[in-house]
Amino acid sequence: MTALIGHSAIVLALLAAVVGIVAPILGARGQRERYFEITFVAILGQFLFVTLAALALVYGLIATDFSIRYVAFNTTRATPIYYRITGLWGALEGSLLLWEWILIIFSGLVAWIYRDRHKELMPWVLLVFSIVSAFFLGVIAFASNPFETISPVPPDGRGLNPLLEDANMMTHPPLLYTGFVGLTVPFAFAIAALIVGKLDEAWIVTTRRWTITAWFFLTAGNLVGAWWSYHVLGWGGYWAWDPVENAAFMPWLPATAFLHSIQVQERRHMLKVWNLSLIMLAFSLTIFGTFLTRSGVLSSIHAFSSGPVGMIFLFFLGFVLLGSFGLLALRADLLKGQPELDSMVSRESAFLLNNIVLVSALFTIFLGTIFPLISEAVAGVQVSVGAPYFNSVTVPLFLFMVFLMGIGPIIAWRRASWDNLKRNFLWPAAASLVFGVALFFWKVREFWPILGFTLLAFVVATIIYDTALALRARKRIAGEGIVRGLITLTRRNQRRYGGLVVHLGVVLIILGIAASMTYSLEREATLDLKQSLNIGEYRIQFEGLKPSRQPTHQRIEGSFRVFHRGEDEGVLSPALKFFPTQQSPIGRAVHQSNYSEDIYLILSGFSDLSSNRATLKVLVRPLVVWMWIGGFVIFFGTLICICPMGKARSQED
Amino acid sequence: MEAQNTEPSTATENGGSIRRLIITLLIIGPVLALLAYGFTRDARYITSPLMAKPAVPFTITLFDGKKLSLDDLKGKTVFLNFWASWCPPCRAEARDLEAAWQKVKDQNMVFIGVALQDTDEASREFLKEFDVTYPNGKDESGKIAVEYGTWGIPESFFIDPQGRITYKHVGGIRASVVVAKINEAAKGIVSAQEGKGDYQPVR
Repeated sequence: MTALIGHSAIVLALLAAVVGIVAPILGARGQRERYFEITFVAILGQFLFVTLAALALVYGLIATDFSIRYVAFNTTRATPIYYRITGLWGALEGSLLLWEWILIIFSGLVAWIYRDRHKELMPWVLLVFSIVSAFFLGVIAFASNPFETISPVPPDGRGLNPLLEDANMMTHPPLLYTGFVGLTVPFAFAIAALIVGKLDEAWIVTTRRWTITAWFFLTAGNLVGAWWSYHVLGWGGYWAWDPVENAAFMPWLPATAFLHSIQVQERRHMLKVWNLSLIMLAFSLTIFGTFLTRSGVLSSIHAFSSGPVGMIFLFFLGFVLLGSFGLLALRADLLKGQPELDSMVSRESAFLLNNIVLVSALFTIFLGTIFPLISEAVAGVQVSVGAPYFNSVTVPLFLFMVFLMGIGPIIAWRRASWDNLKRNFLWPAAASLVFGVALFFWKVREFWPILGFTLLAFVVATIIYDTALALRARKRIAGEGIVRGLITLTRRNQRRYGGLVVHLGVVLIILGIAASMTYSLEREATLDLKQSLNIGEYRIQFEGLKPSRQPTHQRIEGSFRVFHRGEDEGVLSPALKFFPTQQSPIGRAVHQSNYSEDIYLILSGFSDLSSNRATLKVLVRPLVVWMWIGGFVIFFGTLICICPMGKARSQED
Repeated sequence: MEAQNTEPSTATENGGSIRRLIITLLIIGPVLALLAYGFTRDARYITSPLMAKPAVPFTITLFDGKKLSLDDLKGKTVFLNFWASWCPPCRAEARDLEAAWQKVKDQNMVFIGVALQDTDEASREFLKEFDVTYPNGKDESGKIAVEYGTWGIPESFFIDPQGRITYKHVGGIRASVVVAKINEAAKGIVSAQEGKGDYQPVR
């Protein structure tokens, strides 16, 4: 019954989507108002039916309705209710449904918010949403149906992939999907603007908050994914340049470039074709990412499964790329006659450089990701490209980006005079140089780390210095103190100060990455009871193994007492988990963080329980915790950018 | 604002559009073709660099408690098989392996079974079920599997009397292939290519 309701709802939603595609086209020939109403209702219909289908699947999962194949494969009777719900996105079919659900929620919100505005654009915006939605619904209805039934009904299910039994299951996939789907909003407006031929800044101004929101979710989704990898996968790292990680990261690069370059268009009416291309690229990359995960074309630890879905996604990717860039090629005549750069030393050119850096990073990562395919097609040999390639090509690019992060927000528009440069950058540059020299004499001697830390200091110095100057002006004009002054400044220019806070968050993340990439320690040893291992300032003492029975699995825990500079810091218990349906054990690493470093323990093996002997791997990774703190800072900065605070509101809508 | 009212209707401008369309197609087309090409191959299949190289020595504790070291087997031809009781293709090939062993055991040849990621109980059960008589042991730490680059099971290696790997087979293998390849290995013939059986990725 549940299966029938769910599947019918999907088919009905698909019909609604088809109506949503046809109506705007008919409306273009006349009776626009009436057809817009039909389109609007079609979006609403999709929203209701997809929500019904998603709830049906959630209900099936909670009620462990094993007559539904998807439920049988992704839950067991013993699965806690929390993981039954997250089972909605635990495998291919359900995750597509989640994607579609988020997409149609976004579409519904857009349709509702702008129902009385943008009369010309809106039918086409909703058309784009309906096309994307129809594609996903078609896949869900016919190629990858989560409501497929099995008979005979099994007595118990097979259970979720054990790696997915983690608290982050609640956050990482939905965040990432929200980021991906969120990019559909600016994409849809861009396509609508192209169709209508109304290529002024209206679509950009309207979608700015949506873009920032999508960007935030994309950032958060990637960060939480890194955090998950760090604390669940148990290899001590947070990023492996795996194809699917790259697929999640790649849309972030053009999206970030877009966020910056649209400011140039808003302010200076430049880069129109470029901005359209960036958002099309970003959206296409979200489809490309899904294609990679579902097709099994590249070898990855994340790949869900192969099957017909991969091919279907490739067709859709082709349709999106050819359709949107083809449309751009046809309309390019409307985009001529833009102003040119006045000077190479200006904010425009800093933003343009930042765009070039981000797109270059995108290109190198894309190349590295698909290189196994290229090499096999051209030379017949599959060559895999690993972290050394990605690190060596992206580190210089990202450091250059950090440098531009210091310049871009501060330098003057149009043409920066020598005085302007001296006033804004002399002190920050001097301060960061002093910092770099101090680092050198302290202990940092390698080229890349010292350059990186100096550049990060430069960004922070420019932000502090610029804000301090503005605060001094507030004090002079209105006699405001620091807190009051900060509030006034932020309210007057939310985008600027929100953006600067986001930059601080990015600085923290890069700080964590740079330090943990460069200065990690690692040791592995087999320990008898009460034996210990020394690493850095730590001593780890083995205190025995402990088996335990969990709802879904058996667990062997090793207890290790951690001493830091001789002081007892308590016991850490990494574990190996044995799932009856999986047979091979799954590691559960544990770590303890403080602001300066993480100590990270992995139980890599044990002898018989009786002899109490364990093999332990220990990592000490400096400053990792700042990556996660940076994520919260970005969240805070994003809120400053998008929350209505009264003053800045009139600029848009 | 400034461009929205211009009408792109002259012939040259249309020619420009078509040129741009063609350029777009020329950039996007190959990328799509490359991705489509991806469907024609198996991304997980990477030729092992171990072929014709000396086999990595290891020592293993057998299920009967004795120790067996690859170094002690110099001068003999070795068939090395990685398996687990829970892996369906391992079950499928188990009888074939034993049959092959019965055929060649009187020649100067040794079979070694290495159980991976398995409990002792289940492994012993498996050996009993299929009446396996050649030596079998457990890869306690998983190190042997790592040295041999196995990422799925079953996987089999043939090692000649000089200790070189002459052939590698991924997936289930038939008795006739085992016998043919171990005889080649005895003569030191290195196969040009690895073999592939019914593939069952398990990790």
